[in-house]
Amino acid sequence: MVASADIPGANPTDLKSLPLAALHREHGARFAPFAGYEMPLQYPEGVLKEHLHARRAAALFDVSHMGQVRLHGLGADALLEELVVGDIQGLKPFRQRYTLFTDAAGGILDDLMVSRLPDPDGSGEHLFLVVNAANREADVAHLTDHLSPRGIEVDVLDDHALLALQGPAAAAVLARLAGRDLAEIPFMGAARLTVAGVPVLASRCGYTGEDGFELSIRADLAEPVARALLAEPEVAPAGLGARDSLRLEAGLCLHGADIDPTTTPIEADLAWTISPRRRREGGFPGAATIRRQLAEGVTRQRVGIRPQGGAPARAGTAILDPSGREVGRVTSGGFGPSAERPVAMGYVPPEMAEPDRPLVLLVRDKPRPARVAALPFVPHRFFRGK
Amino acid sequence: MTMSELRYTEDHEWIRVEGDTATVGISAYAQEQMGDVVFVELPEPGRALAQGDEAAVVESVKAASEVYSPLTGEVSEANPALEETPGLVNEDPTGEGWLFKLKMAEPAEAEGLMDAEAYQTFLAGL
Repeated sequence: MVASADIPGANPTDLKSLPLAALHREHGARFAPFAGYEMPLQYPEGVLKEHLHARRAAALFDVSHMGQVRLHGLGADALLEELVVGDIQGLKPFRQRYTLFTDAAGGILDDLMVSRLPDPDGSGEHLFLVVNAANREADVAHLTDHLSPRGIEVDVLDDHALLALQGPAAAAVLARLAGRDLAEIPFMGAARLTVAGVPVLASRCGYTGEDGFELSIRADLAEPVARALLAEPEVAPAGLGARDSLRLEAGLCLHGADIDPTTTPIEADLAWTISPRRRREGGFPGAATIRRQLAEGVTRQRVGIRPQGGAPARAGTAILDPSGREVGRVTSGGFGPSAERPVAMGYVPPEMAEPDRPLVLLVRDKPRPARVAALPFVPHRFFRGK
Repeated sequence: MTMSELRYTEDHEWIRVEGDTATVGISAYAQEQMGDVVFVELPEPGRALAQGDEAAVVESVKAASEVYSPLTGEVSEANPALEETPGLVNEDPTGEGWLFKLKMAEPAEAEGLMDAEAYQTFLAGL
């Protein structure tokens, strides 16, 4: 037996290990290479149970491989807008936004989170970015090239860990350990907390479709926080395998799979990330192409796909129309443990993009029926306030 | 039946020979490595397989793994229970979780496979 379709982005050379690698080993993690890091792929419970636990209670993921960057300097928000499609100037303190780095052709260089945060000493404020591990070096170079000459300091937080606590019990667990109510932190909000005696920057976001928090912590102080979280009865560790199946069910994109420099935000069905002001003003790379696509439409777009039988359709699977003509490819696909069936995403022409349209998937050269599906496959349960 | 009657390949398939028929599955080690099996694609009865041919696919949440035919022969039966309950491959990999049966064309090939003891030694060296 040979695994032919593994987690995308695996690269076995020169692996770095996570600051909490020993803790993961203690919990029986099986590791796999991802984006240059030796990452916990799964724990003894396995991907399926870890996934279901995140939907039922709370799962703790170590995502310290992701790039954390601070931008210091006057006008960093307006300057960052020259690289991303989102409204950064309109971001209020302790609020976070999902946005995209684009290139001159409108292709997506990476997706990222941006928060506006007061400096801890109260002297000013900065932008806090979380970027994908696989694009971290390129993103930092891109930011430095563009922003440093204009007086913005690009500070890469190599000494910080990032933990994601995800699931319906996440807020109760974190509130218990932080000793304060978290109801005032909305979805895509942030706060500074003290957890297990350690200062933590908590952002109410995630990559699972569930309520949850990402916790940025100094790496040398992260272990007591992780241990305190794992000691709570609701919390179980989860690896990269469950993270991938959770985000797929939630209809969230993986850069390098569902989005990349060959796809634009409009093709990727991410037009919602471009605010009215930014559509009107432009001023981001690829604005001409992206605004034209907003006005005139696209030739392909990202959709959800439900294979009709039990066979998962993995990334790369050809999508055919009912007459047998190839119209696109699956970009992410697998089995959805909560959906209890195979789920996938891929690109099809817009005239085939409405839910329930019949498609054919060529799985190992065998045509199998499928249908376009509304995303997400499992309803989002983000915290929208009490 | 006891474990000692099984013979194994280095790709973690097992066979059990009864008369001129061999039952084929994947080992306990293989299912443990894969994790929860969510789908199994099996060969059609009547299909001719050479030793080493791709014969079946076992899929977990995260990956698809090919199963190679341990022997040359013709598929006589595919395990019908796996369509509804692919998890049998995890629960009972060398029993209820068998994949397919093969009418052997070259029974001598079975002698070339590892017995349980040799397979355990092989696993210890991985």
